[in-house]
Amino acid sequence: MKRNTHTLVSAGLTHLIVIMLGIAMIYPVLWLIMASFKEGSTIFSDPSLFPKNATLNNYVSGLKGIANIPFMRFFLNSIILCGICVICNLIFCSMTAYAFARLQFPLKSIWFGIMMLTLMLPAHVTTIPRWIMFRGFGWIDTYFPMITPKILATDAFFIFLLVQFIRGLPRDLDESATIDGCNRVGIFLKIILPLSVPSLVTTSLFTFLWTWDDFFNQLLYLNTPVKYTIPLGLRLFLDSSGTSSWGSMFAMSVVSITPCFILFFSLQKYFVQGIATTGMKG
Amino acid sequence: MNGIRIKKRSGFSSDAAVAYGFLVPWLLGFFILTLYPMMQSLYFSFTDYNMINTPKLIGIENYKTMFAGDDRYLNALLVTFRFVFISVPLKLAFALLVAVLMNQKLRGVPVYRTIYYIPTLLGGSVAIAVLWRRLFSGDGVINTILLNALGIQAPAWIANPRHALSTLIILSVWQFGSPMIIFLAGLKQIPGEYYEAASVDGASKLRQFFSITIPSLSPIIFFNLIMQMISAFQSFTQAFIISGGQGGPLDSTMFYTLYLYIKGFTYYEMGYASAMAWVLLVIIAVFTSAAFKLSDTLVSYGSGD
Repeated sequence: MKRNTHTLVSAGLTHLIVIMLGIAMIYPVLWLIMASFKEGSTIFSDPSLFPKNATLNNYVSGLKGIANIPFMRFFLNSIILCGICVICNLIFCSMTAYAFARLQFPLKSIWFGIMMLTLMLPAHVTTIPRWIMFRGFGWIDTYFPMITPKILATDAFFIFLLVQFIRGLPRDLDESATIDGCNRVGIFLKIILPLSVPSLVTTSLFTFLWTWDDFFNQLLYLNTPVKYTIPLGLRLFLDSSGTSSWGSMFAMSVVSITPCFILFFSLQKYFVQGIATTGMKG
Repeated sequence: MNGIRIKKRSGFSSDAAVAYGFLVPWLLGFFILTLYPMMQSLYFSFTDYNMINTPKLIGIENYKTMFAGDDRYLNALLVTFRFVFISVPLKLAFALLVAVLMNQKLRGVPVYRTIYYIPTLLGGSVAIAVLWRRLFSGDGVINTILLNALGIQAPAWIANPRHALSTLIILSVWQFGSPMIIFLAGLKQIPGEYYEAASVDGASKLRQFFSITIPSLSPIIFFNLIMQMISAFQSFTQAFIISGGQGGPLDSTMFYTLYLYIKGFTYYEMGYASAMAWVLLVIIAVFTSAAFKLSDTLVSYGSGD
């Protein structure tokens, strides 16, 4: 009896701590969402979290955009860039992963070791020569410098993730397909890919999110505002409107994180799987 | 029998051809976008190169300047070290603490896990950096809360060189979701009998935490430590947005990569910036291998002695 109340109290206490801490954790995000619906003048003066007179004015003025470019242009640009990057990573990382996970070839372990080393390589050692090379190609102010690395499977992280997954698939399937007259390419397309869907979803998710937030490369390569993506568009907004229009700044911030929310809540289990099996970086 | 063997053999040799076919994109990527640029930046690091003239070899001059002459560089190094060595341990401590709390057979863990992961989901975005800049300004929300609830007159965090870095550290620690999920998965692997046996022996919860949980999780702790360290050394976006691309006030948020960006793409000192990139590579390599060495001596894999 005594023991029961004791565990009950301690469970309640744990819940309380977890909930309080959870509220503190998401408070900034909640505040941002609420502030985007407050009237311009009351954003900072109104101490309550919830807006007194909820308004969509911030969204209306924010979506008009900046420098004659509607905000949806940035949004669309980001969607296009992320979409292409996702498709390229799916195709080329899975090809690479299949070779490492299933095929026997000379120098395999050396190549695999090199691939794992590139996983730890800070991007900055290649940034400057790559920039000079892409500039030589006339690719500054285009999306090619962001897309080409995906076509050439430089995201070792996803290769590793897919290799781990494919290694876990039973080899009997490959063998019976071989007996049925399937060659290596057929096995890849008809057996490995369909079975790898969970890890392919994880790959798509994180490719999308990391490209969506990849401020550094987009800053390096994009110059004209019409081609700007979400991170650059927000920064342009911040620099040119300054302190005058925090309301629309916040409204556009909310717009910019909405796709991440949608993906996260619709594909949650893939997040947890992806992180727990490979140990995602922060 | 014989037929199968021949088939297998020929399958094997064609396997290699197929494999290299599949590897073509990756091999091209490795040589064109990784190895060649690496060699080139190593070469640039020994030159004076401003994008207008051809690179001029100057020996180790860039490296000498960095460590004896460029105070802004040394400051950037210091700022980055402080950021990494404060934010990473705090982040891991929070991640472990919350993971342990959530592992107490709590109801609703999936919901909590979701809430705790949201900052990590959004934290890398420009949107959150902008929000942070506003939250921690002198008349920002944080200070209003501190004043109204606790009566504390707090400084203008972002504008104050003594506190600007702390806001970036808080922002980084706030995103402890990934290591938390990894810890949570690790905690589930620890056999419950360990704790039962310890309870029978009268060990307190705290004692159990230090004698069972920590040693069992030690490989995962080191793994998280290494991954978080590597990415913390390369932090860029948040410092850039919060300081308006300047690393200010008074260079107090001048992260290593931010200074590298300014040197390379504002002043076009490509030789110097390349040298900085290589020093960063060496620093990360040294700390990563130090962590591996440390883990060899401290980590207990499975039940041995």
